[in-house]
Amino acid sequence: MTTDDPIHTLSEAVNQAMDIAMAEDPDVFALGEDIEDPIGGVMKGTKGLSTKYGRERVRNTPISEQAIVGAAIGASLVGMRPIAEVMLMDFFAVAMDQVANHAAKLRYMSGGRTNVPITIRTSVGGGRQFGAQHSQSLEAWMMHIPGLKVAVPSTPHDAKGLLYSCIFDDDPCIFMETMSLLFTRGPVPPGRFGIPLGVADVKRAGDDVTVVTWGWQVPEALAAAETLADEGISVEVVDLRTLVPLDRDAILRSVAKTTRAVVVHAATQFAGPGAEIASLVGHELFGRLSAPVERLGAAYSPVPYAAELESLHYPERKRIAATIRAMA
Amino acid sequence: MTGATAARGGGAEPAGGPTGEKDHGIHLLQQMLRIRRFEERCAELYSHSLIRGFLHLDIGEEACAVGVIDTLSPDDAVVATYREHGHALARGISMRAAMAELEGKVEGCSRGRGGSMHLFDAATRFYGGNAIVGGGLPIAVGLALADHLQGRRVVTACFFGDGAVAEGEFHESMNLAALWHLPVLFCCENNLYAMGTALDRSESETDLSLKAASYRVPSWEVDGMDVLAVEDAARSAVETVRAGGGPHFLELRTYRFRAHSMYDPDRYRDKAEIEQWKQRDPIPLLAERLTASGVLTDGDLERIEGEVGAEVDDAVAFAEAGTYEATEDLERFVTSEPVRAGEAS
Ligand SMILES: Cc1ncc(C[n+]2csc(CCOP(=O)(O)OP(=O)(O)O)c2C)c(N)n1
Ligand SMILES: [Mg+2]
Repeated sequence: MTTDDPIHTLSEAVNQAMDIAMAEDPDVFALGEDIEDPIGGVMKGTKGLSTKYGRERVRNTPISEQAIVGAAIGASLVGMRPIAEVMLMDFFAVAMDQVANHAAKLRYMSGGRTNVPITIRTSVGGGRQFGAQHSQSLEAWMMHIPGLKVAVPSTPHDAKGLLYSCIFDDDPCIFMETMSLLFTRGPVPPGRFGIPLGVADVKRAGDDVTVVTWGWQVPEALAAAETLADEGISVEVVDLRTLVPLDRDAILRSVAKTTRAVVVHAATQFAGPGAEIASLVGHELFGRLSAPVERLGAAYSPVPYAAELESLHYPERKRIAATIRAMA
Repeated sequence: MTGATAARGGGAEPAGGPTGEKDHGIHLLQQMLRIRRFEERCAELYSHSLIRGFLHLDIGEEACAVGVIDTLSPDDAVVATYREHGHALARGISMRAAMAELEGKVEGCSRGRGGSMHLFDAATRFYGGNAIVGGGLPIAVGLALADHLQGRRVVTACFFGDGAVAEGEFHESMNLAALWHLPVLFCCENNLYAMGTALDRSESETDLSLKAASYRVPSWEVDGMDVLAVEDAARSAVETVRAGGGPHFLELRTYRFRAHSMYDPDRYRDKAEIEQWKQRDPIPLLAERLTASGVLTDGDLERIEGEVGAEVDDAVAFAEAGTYEATEDLERFVTSEPVRAGEAS
């Protein structure tokens, strides 16, 4: 990545990755609700693609999430690389049989005789008063099902590279597009490139405290780090980028250096991904930590509509900074 | 309306409506106007960010909610979707409680936790807006099952859009209700679009009443822009369901005049098509009929508009004077007792 790379939104980066994948492989196709032009996906991820590749390859579906995911699975069994769109992550609940019992398990149950190379793109709400059924970050649910890979980009660059890798990965990949980041901008290299799944990225280097995070909370952690830098606290921000595979080495490398770790995520804190990561750090670096591992996740409640309640529901930069301050 | 085959074409009654009563026609008009003016104000408040998140307006479709709900008794139940302000108001949730909810205030019917898509009020047996397409149908079946098991002769009216018939939950619910002969009135508000997808791009069989018929659920196609026709069909259906006739299905043919939600630029519908449907706006349609039959005078209309306007103003003032829920209560109501389910301290 050079500094002269063109600037794009995360949504445009997603679109580029699909465009490139469809241009280079006729077995790549997309299906989902309202993904054709003129709508081009409610979050604009597929904008222009049905016009460019036709409605055979960019297919509008009825509101039938189970069939969207199941049809993607079926097509993948004979070598196609479908990109299914589930409009919002909350609607995974409607598709979960196909996701959990079929996509995730067919390779294993067949003794490795098939793979399921599908990608399920989905938008993740939160922070916009969308209410309890349109705001859930359900990555922990996906992580808990062996067989699924889970990617959560925080920048346009990462979105493009990770989505490209997901599409050509031989396993079912859940690709989470954080709504509040979809229209943020950043440099995106032109042309084709993949980012390997399972490789974290240090978004800011620091010495005193490690923040392990992904998706929505990456810019929040970076903002907290900026504030704390003025106070003389040096924060390292590790963006996991994928939760499965989990880049354990990157986490341990950073925390071995800083000896303090906070895990931050928009998913529910209780039984959330942070518990797994805290356990990893506690186990591997026992005796070398200067403080217990802290976790900051969403409150133990459905997501409330009222603005003030909602802003308290999720972690944000001030609370992240306060937590770090208390342990540094 | 009995038997397995669909009874087609339940047409409009002549002007004056089924009861022919002056007050009744005016009552229906007033109910539709309450919804229309309430939602027009919602759109304004949205542009001032006083209402946020998703906002789906029912404008153009008021005759469906009003015509059906007016035939229900207070003991009957209603299940609706995210496009449910009209249903909630027609059911008797106060405009104050609805507006306060939309503004996220604790005085709202769901304490501001639900928002526009989750109006809820057990007292009026309004079992919720619902933001999952098709999600309300199985719940309606369960409400009706309980009424059946507990020996109440009441009806559950379940509203959903044409888009919902593509979901498995629609088919499972229709079958179960029919199999168990439960008192559900399925009310499909067919406005021809599910977000940007036209019905014929979503359904292999666009005659929705045939789907009902395939589950042996008697069905009626109704002009959903004509509140009297809706009321007429709903009245017979509700009577039959209440008398133990099993589930019934009304396909209410309607149209939304506004975009799907405030986020939707509405580029998939022909302007001429929208204009054509606006010619059949349910409110003037009824007003003209009532005027022609001498039931409604210009003075009446002015008075009604005045009353409705005052009610909307009052609701907005009430909502604006309302309070926000204390933030320490964020984790309250998650379970029946404030269980320390996690490290929520
Ligand atoms: C399970 C699920 N899938 C997708 C959505 C997104 N969505 C919300 S409304 C809607 C269209 C529904 O159309 P229809 O049922 O016809 O109702 P209308 O909006 O026309 O009243 C869609 C796709 C959702 N809320 N729930
Ligand atoms: Mg519709």
